[in-house]
Amino acid sequence: MRFAVSMLSVLGIASIIGTVLKQNEPYSNYIIKFGQFWFGFFEALGLFDVYHSSWFLVILLFLITSCSLCIYRNSPLMIKEWRTFKEHATEKSLNAFSHQETYTVPALENINIANTKQQLLMFLNAKGFKYKFKTQRDGSELIAAKAGTHQRLGYIFTHTAMVVIFFGGLLDGNLPLKIQEILGQKRIETLDIPASKVPAISRLSVSNPSFRGNMTLPEGSSGNVAFVRVRDGYLVQDLPFSLALKDFRIEHYATGQPKSFESDIVISDPDLKTPIAKTISVNHPFTYKGVAIYQSDFQDGGTKLNFKVWDLFAKDNHTQTLDGAIFQKGTLGGDAKGEGANVIKVEYNDFRKFNIINLSPDGKGKPHNVGPNVTYKLRDAQGQAREYVTYMQPMQIDGRHYFISGMRETVQDDFHYLRIPVDSDLSIDGFMNFRATLLDPAKFEEIAHRLALNVSDKTKGSDVQALPVNKPFENSVVQLLRTFADGGYNKVAQVIEKNVPEKEREVAAKTYIKMINIAAFEAYNMSLAANKKPLLLNNAETQSLIQDSLNGFSDMFFYGTPYFLQLENFEHKEASGFQLTKSPGEKWVYLGSALLVLGIFSMMYIRERRIWLLLKPGSNQVHFGMASNRKNLDFEQEFSLYREQIRNLIVSK
Amino acid sequence: MNTAMDYQAKTLLQRLNWQDWLYAILLAAGAIFAYSKYAKYMDMYEVVFLFGAVAVFSYLGWQWKAIGKLVLAIAIVSLFSISLYHGDQARATQSFLLKFLISSQSAIMWMNVLFVLAMVTYWFAMFKRSVFVGSVATALTWSAALMGFVGLMVRWYESYLIAPEVGHIPISNLYEVFILFCLITALLYLHYEKHFNTKQLGGFVLLVINAAVGFILWYTFDRHANNIQPLVPALQSYWMKIHVPANFIGYGSFSLAAAVSGAYLLANKGILASRLPSLDVLDDLVYKSIAVGFAFFTIATILGAIWAAEAWGGYWSWDPKETWALIVWLNYAAWLHLRMVKGLRGPVLAWWALVGLIVTTFAFLGVNMFLSGLHSYGTL
Repeated sequence: MRFAVSMLSVLGIASIIGTVLKQNEPYSNYIIKFGQFWFGFFEALGLFDVYHSSWFLVILLFLITSCSLCIYRNSPLMIKEWRTFKEHATEKSLNAFSHQETYTVPALENINIANTKQQLLMFLNAKGFKYKFKTQRDGSELIAAKAGTHQRLGYIFTHTAMVVIFFGGLLDGNLPLKIQEILGQKRIETLDIPASKVPAISRLSVSNPSFRGNMTLPEGSSGNVAFVRVRDGYLVQDLPFSLALKDFRIEHYATGQPKSFESDIVISDPDLKTPIAKTISVNHPFTYKGVAIYQSDFQDGGTKLNFKVWDLFAKDNHTQTLDGAIFQKGTLGGDAKGEGANVIKVEYNDFRKFNIINLSPDGKGKPHNVGPNVTYKLRDAQGQAREYVTYMQPMQIDGRHYFISGMRETVQDDFHYLRIPVDSDLSIDGFMNFRATLLDPAKFEEIAHRLALNVSDKTKGSDVQALPVNKPFENSVVQLLRTFADGGYNKVAQVIEKNVPEKEREVAAKTYIKMINIAAFEAYNMSLAANKKPLLLNNAETQSLIQDSLNGFSDMFFYGTPYFLQLENFEHKEASGFQLTKSPGEKWVYLGSALLVLGIFSMMYIRERRIWLLLKPGSNQVHFGMASNRKNLDFEQEFSLYREQIRNLIVSK
Repeated sequence: MNTAMDYQAKTLLQRLNWQDWLYAILLAAGAIFAYSKYAKYMDMYEVVFLFGAVAVFSYLGWQWKAIGKLVLAIAIVSLFSISLYHGDQARATQSFLLKFLISSQSAIMWMNVLFVLAMVTYWFAMFKRSVFVGSVATALTWSAALMGFVGLMVRWYESYLIAPEVGHIPISNLYEVFILFCLITALLYLHYEKHFNTKQLGGFVLLVINAAVGFILWYTFDRHANNIQPLVPALQSYWMKIHVPANFIGYGSFSLAAAVSGAYLLANKGILASRLPSLDVLDDLVYKSIAVGFAFFTIATILGAIWAAEAWGGYWSWDPKETWALIVWLNYAAWLHLRMVKGLRGPVLAWWALVGLIVTTFAFLGVNMFLSGLHSYGTL
């Protein structure tokens, strides 16, 4: 008993561990999180898959053994208690009861005793008691009655239920696999190779009675194996049929949240005359040959992508095109053959057609769909890779629109975003032209000249002495522009730090920023004029655009690559993720669950009570005793009630 | 012979009077009306639930007359509120009655206010030893329950006003189930209040309920969680309609047991002892409450397993919520073992039941806050 309670507590505590530490993550995540030493330690303890570790299984086995022993030991007693009326109780034992009463009934003889007995039996009947008689040696008569003894069955039901549920869980668990692994008959595969190349030692046959595997099918393809994940590897489960995905659909609510995931599947099997076509969705699986097929997740199935590639540091706005598909690779740069030291490999990782993001500044607004994005890696010749996520459409942030692209060096980092402001046509071209102008040293002198004119324009008519349009001033502007084109604000700050005494730095910085701003305004207008677009007016709207453009320009230097991949077009192709399970233990678990509920209700809501009534004609007495295996408030009340009711019944005449 | 048969307790059917029958007929008529109007949108299970609800609420109403009255009052007020909408959600802030009284948001706010008032009144009644004030507190609690249920019913209707495809029973996210939690705990308490004829525990139980009310207020005003969100695909199942309420009968009962255990521990130390029911009564109440909670929590977990088998492909995935449900279950299984088999009573079990509330709260709320998993429907 004490052991059982301890086992329940130990199991509870052991279970907590698995909820604190995220289970079944890729092992690399754990190494990054805990370091190599602790990773090895935790791995040895099985903490990354607590619920399938040997020690957890041992705890469960202990609990079930203890439970089984309880059943074995106590069941005979329980069945005896369930059946017996305890009619062998003697007067002496009745006298020892805590709940008893003796009534004196005058002239309890012959007819009268039969009458009294009849009334007591009617009373017991009315209260739902079953009874048995026993004539004592001294001639007095004992009525032994019981009610609610089914409560005893509750004990057997609940404890048997636990064993049955555990048995069901064991059927579906990984114990057979574990044993096979220990015996060396199976080995998990850790390499990323095609399913057909996986050796037999890492394959599970069609006759495997129980498994839970995953299968991902791009639209229009089919498969006949599932992958069973085990620790940091997997096993290949051969299926008794072939599964094809015709179409995968996501429907959305008006707010953009997903409403349904549906897959049109076709099952082909030599045993079938015609293939079975079915639609499965979340909450609506389909079972064939004992294998249940569930809609589990979805991912990209190789969406085709068309990019326009900008070179952010080119002095012109020349672009090239790049076509690719998710899960495939491409190249940028290099020579005509796409080779050489400066070649960049593009790895297309993911495409999402819908992205529900909350863009309100305080996070309180409604999330909405910001359109497609693509995730890719750019890997240089040294093998160093940076990850990028680029949104196809401009996003509205604080009332202004930007093209957004994020970059991160490692998976653990957050993305750093490059925000490129849109031009008046909501296009990226305005910024790109502006950027080209600001990078082209051939244009610096003109910008400087325009700036000088602009400044003298502003001071004209005021009391301030107009700045002479002079060469030294223009030269210093050109110098500033060179610095800015070389590394944005950051470079300018470095130059200030190097050349200006500390006291004057703030003033210098302010002056420089102002000059850059005016220069940028001129540069932007020059780029517009070159492209025959209407010029910007000097107003607040323009000020924001110039500021955003300058920020974007400065951030380019932190983007990690000169290549800006603008997604122009895509041909969406999805893949549906299925979970395939064969679960022979399920019906056992449900049987156990039914038993458990039945058991709990009978244990708690059926109250076992026993009544003994000893009729003693010799002493004109009726002896009433009552007992219950659980003495609580209800029992006390019931006893008091019966005591008085019996008194009314037999004494008050 | 006639007098001798006084002990014969009447069966339930014999005890029914014409009002009881009228009540059941009204419920059945409502269900038949709903069926005739909406049958084409319902699957087989939902039809079973609809008529099952008639049976369940008839039985509850017959056993406990006050529940019958509450059900009728909820129906009348909710239908009245719905009639004021004229099928337009914007009316919630335009119609005077809706805006200030019985739109779903207003009704829920009234529930919050009434629960706070009820708690204050219960404590006042206990210190003044006033029977009348106690009755007022009981009435306030009933009113809070009425407003809360009306709020949920109208919210259910409002969800269909957003768009028919968005419509769903309002027990699908943390905000909604917190309201459900308050209501179920309150009803369980009211039941025991009548059964044990004691109003002194109201202040304790309402402490727990008002903690939840505090959470609802924070969640509403700080996080704007009161907006109706459409259901994610995994929740679009008839199982939700029974899994969630069964779970909350469990959570409510465990909370009630913890509140009464608190009272037990105080009384055991002689604090408020003269104002509280006897230790035996408190002990019995804790046991009964945990027994009910355990039974329903077991059913809820099993229903959850069956649902999981249908939605996630396995009846048990060791998802954090599942695992914590198991931990809660193990905790109370151990409690019941000690009490029923060992016959243990007293402060140890009371402390245990109190700590049980922490475990339960973590399973209910902490898992959503700190752990991720398949049950991430309510994030903070």
